[in-house]
Amino acid sequence: MAQDKDQILEEVTANEYKYGFSTEIETDTIPKGLNEDVVRIISAKKNEPEWMLEYRLTAFAHWKTMKQPDWAKLNIAEIDFQDIIYYAAPKQRPKLDSMDDVDPELRATFEKLGISLNEQKVLAGVTGVAVDAVMDSISVSTTFKETLAEKGIIFCSFSEAVQEHPDLVKKYMGSVVPYTDNFFAALNNAVFSDGSFAYIPKGVRCPIELSTYFRINAMNTGQFERTLIVAEEDSYVSYLEGCTAPQRDENQLHAAIVEIVAMQRAEVKYSTVQNWYPGDKNGKGGIYNFVTKRALCKGDYSKVMWTQVETGSAITWKYPSCILMGDHSEGKFYSVAVTNNYQQADTGTKMIHIGKNTRSLIVSKGVSAGKSQNSYRGLVRINKRAENARNYSQCDSLLMGDQCGAHTFPYLEINNSTAVVEHEATTSKIGEDQIFYCNTRGLSTEQAVGLIVNGYVKEVINQLPMEFAVEAQKLLQISLEGSVG
Amino acid sequence: MLEIKNLHAKIDDKEILRGINLTVKPGEIHAIMGPNGSGKSTLSSVLAGSDVYEVSEGSVSFYGKDLLALPAEDRAREGLFYSFQYPVEIPGVSMVNFMRTALNEHRKYNNLKPYTAGEFLKLMREKKNLVEIDSNLTNRSVNEGFSGGEKKKNEIFQMAMLEPRVAILDETDSGLDIDALRIVANGVNKLKSKDNATIIITHYQRLLDYIIPDFVHVLHNGRIVKSAGKELAFELEEKGYDWIKKEFED
Repeated sequence: MAQDKDQILEEVTANEYKYGFSTEIETDTIPKGLNEDVVRIISAKKNEPEWMLEYRLTAFAHWKTMKQPDWAKLNIAEIDFQDIIYYAAPKQRPKLDSMDDVDPELRATFEKLGISLNEQKVLAGVTGVAVDAVMDSISVSTTFKETLAEKGIIFCSFSEAVQEHPDLVKKYMGSVVPYTDNFFAALNNAVFSDGSFAYIPKGVRCPIELSTYFRINAMNTGQFERTLIVAEEDSYVSYLEGCTAPQRDENQLHAAIVEIVAMQRAEVKYSTVQNWYPGDKNGKGGIYNFVTKRALCKGDYSKVMWTQVETGSAITWKYPSCILMGDHSEGKFYSVAVTNNYQQADTGTKMIHIGKNTRSLIVSKGVSAGKSQNSYRGLVRINKRAENARNYSQCDSLLMGDQCGAHTFPYLEINNSTAVVEHEATTSKIGEDQIFYCNTRGLSTEQAVGLIVNGYVKEVINQLPMEFAVEAQKLLQISLEGSVG
Repeated sequence: MLEIKNLHAKIDDKEILRGINLTVKPGEIHAIMGPNGSGKSTLSSVLAGSDVYEVSEGSVSFYGKDLLALPAEDRAREGLFYSFQYPVEIPGVSMVNFMRTALNEHRKYNNLKPYTAGEFLKLMREKKNLVEIDSNLTNRSVNEGFSGGEKKKNEIFQMAMLEPRVAILDETDSGLDIDALRIVANGVNKLKSKDNATIIITHYQRLLDYIIPDFVHVLHNGRIVKSAGKELAFELEEKGYDWIKKEFED
């Protein structure tokens, strides 16, 4: 029996990463390396206005003065920033008049990933999701633009926003994550290529889910996208983000920025299912995922909720955070981070309480298997003037097997005596007895593990929109099947 | 039919089962009794497919199949049910989802179409009534926060759902108050048919007041040392296990 389990473990971890294919498509790339000229080339390729170039150059100059952070519990092979291609774009006809003009090869790639760029098809379904599809450095298509425009909602690629809505971009870009914020944020500001931009006007509830699907395709490239979401007073939007990449032997760098601004009584939900290529079972290849995500709850009674399901990437370094500036504003963070084989994750959140009566909730569920390392790192800061702030954190770790590690690093900084802050943490091992119990009811060991893990993370999965939740559950099962040894 | 022949099993080189012989035919109820440490629970977990014990000798045939060659989940799908002495909690997994997955696995194994949600819920309602289990238990996560009695009732409910050919009830009476004991026993009795068999593992005679066995076996030092009709249970209750121990001291 013990042997059987090892065999199952072997077989399942040998499972190919489902999204590991790459697309043969002509790509417009620039040479490897990073210097001021590269920054200028990227800006020129995107036909950017002068102010944008200036911004990039300032960020680049600042980046050169910075050092890669090493405080995370991650073992990172040295990254040669000169050995990366900073711009790669699938070549296609210069101007798209309609969705039908999208290169068939590109369209097929996204279809294969389960993302439809065809509005008609989506319209026929029950629910619609507007999609911005980003491959390598550029956005290839955005669906439902017109439908959204009727309500005054802007949803487009970031490059387009720079051209069409420069005032909004100038006003909000960098207002939540300044280019000085950290090493990877500075790098992103210098070389970012594309991403999504969403603007929800005052009083508008966005009727469909907005979604960006990120795909790295080209070899040796880094992906540096940025997303900016602005929710005006009394507006609401739910935003989804998915990511995959081909299976390659070398590590690829992904350094993104997401900024959210929520005005009075605005509500933003941001959900991520991150499934970048995690590397093979010996730890070869995989994406280095260094992401800065932050929301500013600027207005009173504003609310932001981050939900993330992290199953991919060789290395994940990511702390979606909320700055609770408005009185009565509320931040929530729900996270599932799964690591298997040699994956490493150092992820968590920061909740910065500034306004009065602000509230935050953190629910983090880590699942470690194989030889992976999984850390929760979270900061709860209650500023001096944040009267009656309230935080509750719950950090659970589940271990599978005896070669993985789970770590919890909570930081609490409380500068106001009216605050109520609670932190709970548990670590447990997936029980052989639970698996055996399922076996005796007719469930295979893989099914049992899937069921037990899905039960364990249910509280988080429940926060995801329906279609995403189903996808996430399947993904968890695939990532972990049989990893009990 | 379940046929156990000369079954030996050990844990860390310590032999616990030392030659068990037992035949269980459809329609029969067998009670296996014995003092603590006699091997009762080992026998039931070995049959259920636990990999904690190593079978060193002997054979078990289950309706013509080599039971010991099957993994635990296939034993279940073949129609063997094991009711745990200490049912395990699985937080976040609803009973409904759990049971539906299990039941459909059984059906798949037997080349039957999976139940639709409607069919499944209907079946669940019927079985719930049969074993007098509260509705709210099936709406909760598997055994999570259940009282001892609720857990045991839940085992019998699962047995009702899975309709096994042979059910092994491991110390089902332990930790039950008299009302729960009655409900559990009623459930077992209602599920009894000429086509299925039950093996009751118990330390006390109490449960056998409610479920009348056809055979009572006494297990001592890893062997069945005495087999008789239900009267043996009363004798054990009266005289304790010491006389057995003395008689078979080796």
